[in-house]
Amino acid sequence: MPFCRHRCDYCAFATWTDRDHVAARYLEACRVHAARLAPGLAPVTSVFVGGGTPSRVDPTPLLAVLAELPVAEGAEVTVECNPEDLDAGRAAAFAAGGVTRVSIGVQSFVAHVLDALGRRHPVEAVGPAVAAARGAGLDVNLDLIYGGTGESRADWATTLDGALALEPDHVSAYGLTVEPGTPLADDPSRHPDDDDQADKYLDASDRLEAAGYGWYEISNWARPGHRCRHNLLYWSMGDYVALGCAAHGHRDGVRYWHVRTPERYADEVEAGREPVAGSERLEPGARRLEAVQLSLRTEAGVPVAALPPADRAALVGLVEVRGDRLVLTRGGRLLANEVATRLVDPGEAA
Amino acid sequence: MDLDRLRNISIIAHIDHGKTTLSDRVLELSGIVSARDMRAQYLDSMDLERERGITIKLQSVRIPWRDHVINLIDTPGHVDFGYEVSRSLAACEGVVLLVDAAQGIEAQTLANCYLALENDLEIVACMNKIDLPAADPDRCAEEIEAVLGIPAEEVLRISAKSGEGVGDLLDAVIDRIPPPTGDADAPLRALIFDSHFDQYRGVVSSVRVMDGTMRAGAKLRFMQAGATHGAEEIGVRSPDPQPVDALGPGETGYLIAGIKDVGAAKSGETVTDTAAPADEPLAGYRDPKPMVFCGLYPIDGDEFPDLREALEKLRLNDSSFTYEPESSGALGFGFRCGFLGLLHMEIVRERLEREFDLSLIATAPSVEYRVHTTKGTVVEIDNPSEMPPMSEVDSIEEPWLTVSILTPTDYTGTLMELCQNRRGEMVKLEYLSPERVELRYRVPLAEVVTDFFDQMKSRTQGYASLDYEADGYGVSALVKVDVLLNSQPVDAFSMIVHREKAEDYGRRMCEKLKELIPRQLFDVPIQAAVGGRIIARQTVKAKRKDVLSKCYGGDITRKRKLLERQKEGKKKMKSIGRVEVPQEAFVSALRLDD
Ligand SMILES: Nc1nc2c(ncn2[C@@H]2O[C@H](COP(=O)(O)OP(=O)(O)OP(=O)(O)O)[C@@H](O)[C@H]2O)c(=O)[nH]1
Ligand code: SF4
Ligand SMILES: [Mg+2]
Repeated sequence: MPFCRHRCDYCAFATWTDRDHVAARYLEACRVHAARLAPGLAPVTSVFVGGGTPSRVDPTPLLAVLAELPVAEGAEVTVECNPEDLDAGRAAAFAAGGVTRVSIGVQSFVAHVLDALGRRHPVEAVGPAVAAARGAGLDVNLDLIYGGTGESRADWATTLDGALALEPDHVSAYGLTVEPGTPLADDPSRHPDDDDQADKYLDASDRLEAAGYGWYEISNWARPGHRCRHNLLYWSMGDYVALGCAAHGHRDGVRYWHVRTPERYADEVEAGREPVAGSERLEPGARRLEAVQLSLRTEAGVPVAALPPADRAALVGLVEVRGDRLVLTRGGRLLANEVATRLVDPGEAA
Repeated sequence: MDLDRLRNISIIAHIDHGKTTLSDRVLELSGIVSARDMRAQYLDSMDLERERGITIKLQSVRIPWRDHVINLIDTPGHVDFGYEVSRSLAACEGVVLLVDAAQGIEAQTLANCYLALENDLEIVACMNKIDLPAADPDRCAEEIEAVLGIPAEEVLRISAKSGEGVGDLLDAVIDRIPPPTGDADAPLRALIFDSHFDQYRGVVSSVRVMDGTMRAGAKLRFMQAGATHGAEEIGVRSPDPQPVDALGPGETGYLIAGIKDVGAAKSGETVTDTAAPADEPLAGYRDPKPMVFCGLYPIDGDEFPDLREALEKLRLNDSSFTYEPESSGALGFGFRCGFLGLLHMEIVRERLEREFDLSLIATAPSVEYRVHTTKGTVVEIDNPSEMPPMSEVDSIEEPWLTVSILTPTDYTGTLMELCQNRRGEMVKLEYLSPERVELRYRVPLAEVVTDFFDQMKSRTQGYASLDYEADGYGVSALVKVDVLLNSQPVDAFSMIVHREKAEDYGRRMCEKLKELIPRQLFDVPIQAAVGGRIIARQTVKAKRKDVLSKCYGGDITRKRKLLERQKEGKKKMKSIGRVEVPQEAFVSALRLDD
């Protein structure tokens, strides 16, 4: 849902703050598109309604899109929410419409950090939002960001404590990343410091793992049984269908992506065309390489054959052998790119 | 041709005083270039000359004036190209000494005037740019009289821009400059004063016939080279080449003799006719010695063979630079090149890049040192990395210059300070006129090579000018500073400096590299050392994290491409002491300007 109240400082997503008037037409286009795709789909095991800010729009047409899809029994259906939008009424509507999980964009429990990130919700909004989700029986993920301007180690500890106190099922903690073209990118004085972010990553890892949240991907931790299935699908080269503008899909070895703006998306769908802007098909070798690059990020690691022995020697301390797999160590998670650039196609067998 | 009707002249001056612009007016006024074909700086035919607005190579043209024939050579004013001026003068009986009436006498005015006097040439002094509001011809004339001893009333006044006075100047050339002498019946002796390589014609040489007659079709003996070539074509430039049957004594023109290598038709060569050969060659020239050296390396190592070919070709047109292959642990395979000066170095490099489509890294310029070893041997080195271990060095000699700085008196103090900072020893301070001072210093060449000129210009708002000549070698307290990356010396950054400046160089280099070298998986010490002693140190802390952002479905393609790019980048990095250094780091670290 590419509509936001206000653009956050660091955000490079395809989202708009001045096109709310397009929302109704856009949602209808999504519904029509979903209905058109549905007959060709196997039962879907997960749905992720991402941002923009899906919690801002009227839930009824949003859920109508969902209703068109052949959702499998017991599927995971996640909606991204901003804390200030999620009240008991909306949560109940979501649950009734088949939603099973919300991912709440908390980012920080410290007011001046939220401010520096250009987020506008009050810290106090998070508790009630989580309570509302719980009341409706929804699983809860909290999204956190570390490395905002002026955030001390103590501030980050406050945020981690604040999150744990609400007992979510799942926590994602991302390092603030400078994306080109954002206001943040234009102001080097506010760019995060690598060492500080490394420290904070380790803080997150310490606290979350001590509190019973198991690490399963670089930036993701979950209570047993609550890993995000949708994410796992991305990282295991699973198939997924794109719905909505700027969405990406992956089917039968082809990655494709939709047109970027909601208007163009609606135009295409209304004209009966597929709103695809581009696609790529990879050679089998390249596909296998991509698979290990993605898998490296996760607890599953990569086959030993994906990392040549010389590189393994250069990366001492960053990867460890577990059976026939190589898995990132805690230090290795921080330097996953260093490892990923050295991965090779592990061959047919793997 | 009747000798009395010939005049051979060069226009000489300080840089930018208007030599080439004056040549434009002469081409126009004599009628050999029509208004339609005229363009500014007509004789500056190289792209680089036109872009930079300076003359790099001499150009010779033949023009008719008042029943006479004048051969005029436009010369460069920049000190690096002094060799072009001395070659031109050897083909002349007189010069037009041009002085910018707004600037007055500058360093190369003096230097070139002395050169003309040494060659016993008649000097027609002439003030240019009298159209400029800032021009002060009367004062300038007084200065010329006071400094050069040329009576003020004899100094002509022209504007090469408007053409005012140019006709009178040409009249004066004919009236005041003696015609050539030469014996038409004597055996042929012609001096080659310039040669260049033409893609279609091979080597084209500029010649001045001293005695006898050079005829098309004759069998010519190149006396120094000891080779014989047929005169395929001889001619005059006016300004386009026009073949002629013969060039008589005193005449200037060109010669094409089917030669493919400029080395076989070097400037200074004497050409005679095998039918009636001369006994003795003419005096010739001494080859100029390169003064500054640097390594040139292709940024893309695969371009090494292309660089070699480019150097070979470029040398066909500019025999004054030298090159020989060398290799560097940091930069790969390249060439150590010698140049006449910094501008020459810049121009050669730029021509290689532009005319041959190469991207190059140049190491910091160096000079040629003489190292006396404890074993009693002497080694000449022009690359700091060739320096024997300090423990085997007894003493080091470096080349010195005598520099002459002409400046308005106001800046005397700041220039003396500059020279002293650069280890200069004052030779003299002389008031050329109440407003103008000449400072003469002995300064090590190495000190002049490191931004001396820019410093001089910026301290004097551009008013001071510099001339220099080599002045032997002298022992100095020099040391070699090594820069080590993870304990491994990086040859490209080694530098020979005075002991007192070693620490400063070491510190600056370490600081610069700290900024440029990306963090690695381990701490990287950067050290500067003299002998085994560390004089400066910085550390690039180990990298602790790379990307910790989200990786959702839409990111997968982007992430993969990013990884591919990083992989490519890694391949291009040079590995020194296990440290991966991107090529850009070398390029930036070696940039001269900071
Ligand atoms: N106002 C004015 N400008 C002039 C005159 N003569 C030359 N100039 C300008 O002075 C600058 C230098 O002129 P050039 O003819 O290139 O000087 P040059 O002596 O050939 O310079 P080099 O060959 O580099 O030593 C140009 O911008 C000319 O337009 C003149 O009589 N009056
Ligand atoms: S709410 Fe999310 S999608 Fe919207 S601007 Fe902020 S970060 Fe971007
Ligand atoms: Mg010129």
